[in-house]
Amino acid sequence: MLLQLLRRTAVFAASLAVASVVVFAFMSVLPGDPARVALGVNATEEAVAATRAAFGTDRPLVVQYLDWVSGLPVGDFGRSYVTHVDIGPQIVDRLLVTTWLVLSGMAVALVVALPLGVLAAVRHRRASGAVISAASQVGVAVPSFIAGILLVTVFAVRLRWLPSGGWTPPAADPVDFLRKLLLPALALGLVQGAVLTRYVRSAVLDVLREDYLRTARSKGLTPGRALVRHGLRNAAIPVVTVLGLQLSTLLVGAVVVERVFVIPGLGSLLLDGVANRDLLLVQGVVIVLVLAVLVVNFLVDVAYTVLDPRLRRAA
Amino acid sequence: MTAAGTRGRIGPPTLVVGGALVGLVVAAALVSFVWTPYDPVLVDPTARLAPVGPAHWLGTDTFGRDVVSQLLVGARTTLFVGVVAVGLAGVVGTPIGIVAAMGPRWLGELVMRANDLVLAFPALLLAIMFGAVYGPSTLTAMVAIGIATVPSFARLARSGALQVLATEYVLAARAAGRPRTAIAVRHVLPNIGGLLLVQASVSFAIAVLAEAALSFLGFGTRPPTPSWGRMLQEAQQLLAVRPELALWPGLAIALAVLGFNLLGDGLRDRFDPRLVDRR
Repeated sequence: MLLQLLRRTAVFAASLAVASVVVFAFMSVLPGDPARVALGVNATEEAVAATRAAFGTDRPLVVQYLDWVSGLPVGDFGRSYVTHVDIGPQIVDRLLVTTWLVLSGMAVALVVALPLGVLAAVRHRRASGAVISAASQVGVAVPSFIAGILLVTVFAVRLRWLPSGGWTPPAADPVDFLRKLLLPALALGLVQGAVLTRYVRSAVLDVLREDYLRTARSKGLTPGRALVRHGLRNAAIPVVTVLGLQLSTLLVGAVVVERVFVIPGLGSLLLDGVANRDLLLVQGVVIVLVLAVLVVNFLVDVAYTVLDPRLRRAA
Repeated sequence: MTAAGTRGRIGPPTLVVGGALVGLVVAAALVSFVWTPYDPVLVDPTARLAPVGPAHWLGTDTFGRDVVSQLLVGARTTLFVGVVAVGLAGVVGTPIGIVAAMGPRWLGELVMRANDLVLAFPALLLAIMFGAVYGPSTLTAMVAIGIATVPSFARLARSGALQVLATEYVLAARAAGRPRTAIAVRHVLPNIGGLLLVQASVSFAIAVLAEAALSFLGFGTRPPTPSWGRMLQEAQQLLAVRPELALWPGLAIALAVLGFNLLGDGLRDRFDPRLVDRR
């Protein structure tokens, strides 16, 4: 297993390195010169050259890349060419907001999917199981930003129970924080919950057909007991993988949901950066999002190896 | 036993419902070429926010543009983006997957690692990057969605090809001295065609979602070309006055996605007999 983990770590490190090169190269092949963009068309050559030196964009690309990438581990993302503000602290602030959003969305998804998925599997030959399956199929088709708009229409505009958007840090006012978090978390979580329900259902269905479950029942366990004692742990393995993939989906979904609910998270920062043509900022946010996806995938791989003894032996 | 044989003559319900919904979207797009109730981009200040009624079946938006006409032409945009993005992904991803399966082991390994790397760049993120550099447009959205979808096709084509390559008729073809390309084109491709079709349908659903999200964010189709995602974004400003304006494009997007997902499920039942007892 150690060898397997070492191999995965090596692949992960290599992916990180390549991803950083790709992001840097992509944002650097631009036709414009940041110094000229910052100064405007009427700037003198000397002024442009001076600004270029100040930005560090007069150095070779390789040097610029190494400078940028070596700052990343300590949270130094450089200074914006447009706003002249350090990018690192902004990203950290916004990342915190987005993390709240993603984790609460994940919690909603789990609360919805685990009971419904198991129920749909256990009753897959009955009407109630079919209804859950059909509902999850429909839920999968509703993107989170549409769910968000629907939730706002009903709970904010019509019923006026909850605010339609905005953000309050949890330390400032915990109640207001929760009130503002609830709708976006539901928008993100319900849709992912629908996706997850399908996976939980199919994982539990697979387990229900296993011989060891029949053995457990023949030993006198009730169907429910047998499933809880022997089935769910085995069903957890594929579900954990999907959960990991969903974490990445939630992260990207958050970009759109933040726009719907006017939440100052990483997604809003990214979109503002694009709108202001603040490319170094965009580059920073993109690498953080890609990093998050890669880290999650890596952890899923590791969890997979640890959870399933069969995979350990295969390695 | 085939999937079709166990069910009614017209096929599994998923296939029928999915096919009908997809057919509806295609029909809307086709109709929009010859007829729309009004010019979808015609701004009519006298008809701003007209209610649902005989003049405007689903009302008008804040600029007085007819909602039905916009929905019809929006279907065209949706299908266009989907076809180009999924087509691009299939045309690029399938050969990559087959080559990875037939080539030397290190090549297969390399392709799969590259695949994982591309998967770390979700379609939406790629499209925003493209938009930042080249300016947002339908083209950047299509290319970004297409690139993000390549790994799904490459992975599927590789695993499908590996299965086909292990069969005896491929062994026979090899023994008979058939060149590799001939084996790939004559044996591998036709045998994985069904799986690829399933993938295409599922990918199409994802492409529809991505295009809608991008247009919603302002990174997809530019005005004045009607797009469901942008209709939603414009309607969001008017939720307090006219919530139904958000409902129509939202419903259109959801039904299209549902249609392609169900179609994919139904096709999978057809082409992958191992999954028959799943439902």
